[in-house]
This record gives sequence, C-alpha cells and structure tokens, in this order.
Amino acid sequence: MYRYDEFDRSFVNERVAEFRGQVARRMSGEMSEEEFRPLRLMNGLYLQLHAYMLRVAIPYGTFSSVQMRKLAHIARTYDRGYGHFTTRQNIQFNWPKLEQVPVLLAELADVEMHAIQTSGNCIRNVTADPYAGAVADEVDDSRIWAEIVRQWSTLHPEFTYLGRKFKIAVSASDFDRAVIRFHDIGLIIKRNEAGEIGFQVWVGGGLGRTPMIAKVFNEFVPQEDLLSYLEAVLRVYNMYGRRDNKYKARIKILVHETGLEELRAQVDAEWQEIRNSSLKVPDYEIERIRSYFAPPPFEKLDAVDRGFEIKKFENPEFARWVNGNVVAHRQPGYKIVNISLKPEGLPPGDVTADQMEELADLAETYSFDEIRATHEQNLVFAHVKQSELFELWQELGEIGLAMPNIGKVTDMIACPGLDYCALANARAIPLAQRISRRYADLDKQFDLGELKLKISGCINACGHHHVGHIGLLGVDRRGEEYYQITLGGSGAEDAAIGSIIGPAFSSADVVDAIESVISLYVELRDDNERFLDTYRRVGTAPFKSRLYPEKLDAAA
Amino acid sequence: MPLLKDGKLVDDGWLQLDDDAVLPEAGAVVVSLARWQQDRDHLIARTGPVGVRLTADQTPGLIRADLDELALVALEFPAFTNGRAYSYARLLHRYGFAGEIRAVGNVLRDQYWNMQRCGFNALEIEAGETEADWVATVTHYSAPYQVAHDPALPVMSLRERRMAAAAQG
Repeated sequence: MYRYDEFDRSFVNERVAEFRGQVARRMSGEMSEEEFRPLRLMNGLYLQLHAYMLRVAIPYGTFSSVQMRKLAHIARTYDRGYGHFTTRQNIQFNWPKLEQVPVLLAELADVEMHAIQTSGNCIRNVTADPYAGAVADEVDDSRIWAEIVRQWSTLHPEFTYLGRKFKIAVSASDFDRAVIRFHDIGLIIKRNEAGEIGFQVWVGGGLGRTPMIAKVFNEFVPQEDLLSYLEAVLRVYNMYGRRDNKYKARIKILVHETGLEELRAQVDAEWQEIRNSSLKVPDYEIERIRSYFAPPPFEKLDAVDRGFEIKKFENPEFARWVNGNVVAHRQPGYKIVNISLKPEGLPPGDVTADQMEELADLAETYSFDEIRATHEQNLVFAHVKQSELFELWQELGEIGLAMPNIGKVTDMIACPGLDYCALANARAIPLAQRISRRYADLDKQFDLGELKLKISGCINACGHHHVGHIGLLGVDRRGEEYYQITLGGSGAEDAAIGSIIGPAFSSADVVDAIESVISLYVELRDDNERFLDTYRRVGTAPFKSRLYPEKLDAAA
Repeated sequence: MPLLKDGKLVDDGWLQLDDDAVLPEAGAVVVSLARWQQDRDHLIARTGPVGVRLTADQTPGLIRADLDELALVALEFPAFTNGRAYSYARLLHRYGFAGEIRAVGNVLRDQYWNMQRCGFNALEIEAGETEADWVATVTHYSAPYQVAHDPALPVMSLRERRMAAAAQG
C-alpha cells in the first residue's frame, strides 16, 4: 500500500500545526464560530447533537494494522471505546473534545493518517473499489489512480471553497463496487484497443434530496490527461455551479439545468486550454505510485486446497460463511474475505477498540498486513490463503465478527440518524437493529439471497436509501418518527433510483411492512431471482396492493 | 480599508468609484462592470489607470477583450465560503492579464495561501491585522501537492528532482 515519503509526512504534520493554530484562535475567541466552521469541517470536525464528531480519512479505504491499532487507541483515549465505519470508507469518532483534536490529529499523523477533506465544500476523500489489487475482473488497480487524485486534490487552492461537497470515486471493472454512478465524478478505468489506460468519466451523480444517476462525459480520457480533465470539470463547476441554494449546489444540478451536451462542451473547451500543461501526470510519478501497490509476495499455490474443501464439508457453518462472505481472488489459492460489521442487533459499522486490535493482528497474520473499508460499512481482508480461511473464521468468531451475511438483508447500510446527527428526522440505528433481529435466522437470509436494504434518517440520504433494493427514509410526522419505503434502487452497475411506494409507516409498523414486501417477493420470484430482479419484472403494483390493501378496498 | 500587496501593507492609491459618483479628471479609479460598460470610452480617454470590480456572478470572460485597457481587476468574495473568484483569478492570468488582481469583500487570512496560489497579488483586509498575521498563514506548508498559478514547485516535481539527483550520485 501507499507509504508516505518525506513530502507527504511533512505536509500532514504541517496541516496539524495549521489546525492547532485555528483551534487556538477559536478557543481564545479571536475567531468566530462562523469563520471556524468551514475550517473545521474541511478537517473532518463536525458539531453533532451531543458532541463533536471527527471523521478520519482512510484514502480509498486501504489501511494497515499499525493504523488500525492507532484507531483503537484513539477510540479508547478520545472516544467511548468504539469507532464507526462510514459509507465513505472512513471512520468516525463521536465523542472527541475540541481542545483534544489537535493532539488526536498529531497521533494520527504519526501513522500517516489525517482528517483532511473528510467534510466541507471541497473535494472529499477519494474512494475506490475495496477489492482493488485482488479481484480478477479489474483493468488496473484503482488505488493507484485514487492516490494520484488524492494528492492533486489535497488542499487544492482553487477548489477548497466550492458551492458544495464534491465526491470522486475510482473503479476499474464492469462490476461497480464503488457506487461510481452516484458520485460527482466517477472514474472507471478502461483499456483502449492499443492497450493504453484511460478513464470513462461519469459526472453529476448524487443522492441527497435530488438523487441523480451520473452521465458519461467522456468515454476515454487518456491516463496522462486525468488531472487536466478533472481540473476542467471542477473549474466549470466552481464558476457556474449554483450558490444561491445549498440544496441545488451540487454538480448534478448544474448538469441537469445546463444540459449534458452544453456542459460537456464547456468542460471540453476548458480542457483543451489546459490539457497540454504541467497538469500532465508524468510516467515516473505513475510508476512511483504504482510500485507501492505491487502485489504482495504471494505463494505459488494450487487453486484447490483439499484441507479447505474438507473443512467446508465437515463444518456447515464455516461453509455458509465461505459461501456468504468469501469471493474469488485472481491469485490461485487465495481468497478475498469480507468481514461483516453487521452482527445481529448491533449498530451497523461500529467496531470496538478491542475488536480493532484483534482485527489488526488478524490482518497481520492472514492478509499481508492490509485492511480495506467498504462503502457498505464492512471490512475486507483482500489476500487470504484459502488454506487459512478456517483459522481466520474461527478467530473472527471469537470477536463476534464471523457473521456470514454479506449482501443479505441484515447487511444494512444505516446512517448515524437521530442518535447522533443534528440533521436527522428519525433514528436509523435502532431500526436497523430491529430488522436485524427480525431476520436473524440465517437460513431465511440465505433463502432471500442478495437484498440490499439501506436506511437514511433524513433526506440528505447518507444511508444511501435511494439505491437500496429496499430503501427506508426517516421522516418527521408531527413529531413522530415515520419511515418512507422506496423499492428498486441500485448503486451498482445496474444503477437505479428507488421509487417511493406509498405513504410512510410509523416506527411501530415499518418492520412489519418490510416483512410484507419481502414475503411478497418470495411468493412472486422465479427460481434464484434476486429481489431487485423480481421487482423490476413485476413492477410496483403488487407491492402497493400488498402494503396498502385499504386503498384497493376504497377504489373497489 | 488596509491593503496587503505582495505581502506588504501599503497605501491604497485606488479610488473605489460608486456608479453614480462623478468621475475625477485624473487618478486611479475602480468601477463596477456596469459603469465600465457604460463609460468605457470616457474611462479610457481620461488620465489615470482604470480597474474593474467583478461580483462573484460576473466571470472575467466579460472583460476579456478589455484587459489591455485595465490595470486592475478586483474580484469580490461576497462570503469567504464563495470560492468562485479563485477560478476567475486563474482565468485572468490565462487571458494574459498582468495587472493587479485584488481580492475584495470577505477576505480572511486563512484563505491567503489559496489566494496567493491562484494569482491574487493584492487583498483588502480588515483593519487591525498585522502583516505578520497574514504572512504566517502562507508559510505553513513547505510544498503544495499540485500546480497552480504560483511558482511553488509541487511535491511531484520535488520528487523528480530528488530522484534525478540520486541517479547522478
């Protein structure tokens, strides 16, 4: 993985020093909260319902055991003994004190970590495919390009006070594991007929109040032109994006209001002006960064391991975990292991300090000292020998992290909701816990197959409800928590925005309503058909009549 | 309002002229875009340099053809969080404008480095702040990560130099 050189190291230390000065000016009253707010946000520090929250960057979700141990230390020292992995492949700490934050950041800098641009109206921490460097279907390692984008975007002088946040994700496969189509810019690495690397550039996706699927702006931007193209998009957005209404300030609205063809022409015109400038990414820098992501020293192994096959045969629980959480690796004899952070009845994405330390040890032992965070609030060990999967599974079980529910109904995304967030209308975590208990039966979950359920506590959609196969949105109805159900969304390569199925359900009724939806799917599905595919085949009508029978009666 | 030019507090020799104010015969004046468009010939014919002040909604493309006639362009920050003018400053340089690019409005020292890197060379600042307060904010970082307008070598180029030096032994 990427390691800091002297330049990265001094930059991060300098950022800590700058922020320490800003905090001191705020605490002495020299700086107003109004002036401080954007400065603290672009260094990851939010003020929530009960306390400050610090969002620590994990660039493209890749981190090491040493870094994980530091996160455990921070959870214990500055928080209440846990951390929360987010949909941005980051981790949040919910209880730091303002005066402690500079020291906390200095501790992070010791292990090459920071909180730069994890919030604020700037280019956010870049995300990527969590299976990068391990999966067979990728064109190139997306982390190389995410790192190049990270460096270019870090404290970019021109794009630090944008109209709104700006999110960039990188993927390299036909399978979208990075929600590319719902980012301000999504990059899909492609190879042209000459074998050269370039980027299919998607612009203007986003969730929030006005969900939109990104549009292809350019089919193939050659690799050396990546930064000039990004800079052209950002410059056009910075100059023409709306600033009169924060809910209409994302680039998706600019694309929508200007029109795809017109905005693309503006970007192209700007790009031609700067394409042949010092923004060209030199080969030596690409190769330097590529060298950090060289494959780890894999052993030469057979694709089939007899011991592994026997263990699966002997132990159905292990077999179920393998079936649910383990996917193919491109190196024979290795597997990619997903570690679910959705144990039954616990807050999605939360990990205790003790678990972090155990996970750090396990990554060291089993996965070349490397961990990935996913946008679905889980972790990945990207390079595990299949002959060692049984031991890893047992050890994960000892710390309560062997839940085999990846991609199943209880593998929910949930935003922090009203338990933490000042914006929320309703709680998300307790609802996730109730659904998790309702569907605790693993046989039932496996029978239902892939079912992506996502919960947002408000219309800002941090819980990605628009792209849930089933989405739940918390709304406030005369001071009561209600939940609106959307069906048919997808954040993957078959991107779609879910449709609202009807009036919202009370907190007391919503879990039953979800069960009705799922039961109807079971009645209607063809063999092995996913929930999403059944929904797409039959449409909303059957679900509406199942959920709102009284309306049918009224119509009859 | 104090003026910080090229890192030094200096006297501002420019008169900010309201749209309905009488144009003085001589001396340096800054006018709005509307007044410039209305009185262009008159402003050019008189003695003394002219500057134009653009709001955050007015792109420098609107005065591109006039830049040879102008000695100053003032770019407004209606709020320090409205960063459009950073891009406007970059564009003015690309259009070949060599005069003063002045940041006006809600201009705060925590954004000074960004402004300097985008090519602002003068800033109207709050009374009471010292030159040292401002200069301190642009010396936090030894090198930036990306190219901008300023001559600072980005980290990428510094790496290349170091590698070249290492290769020569």
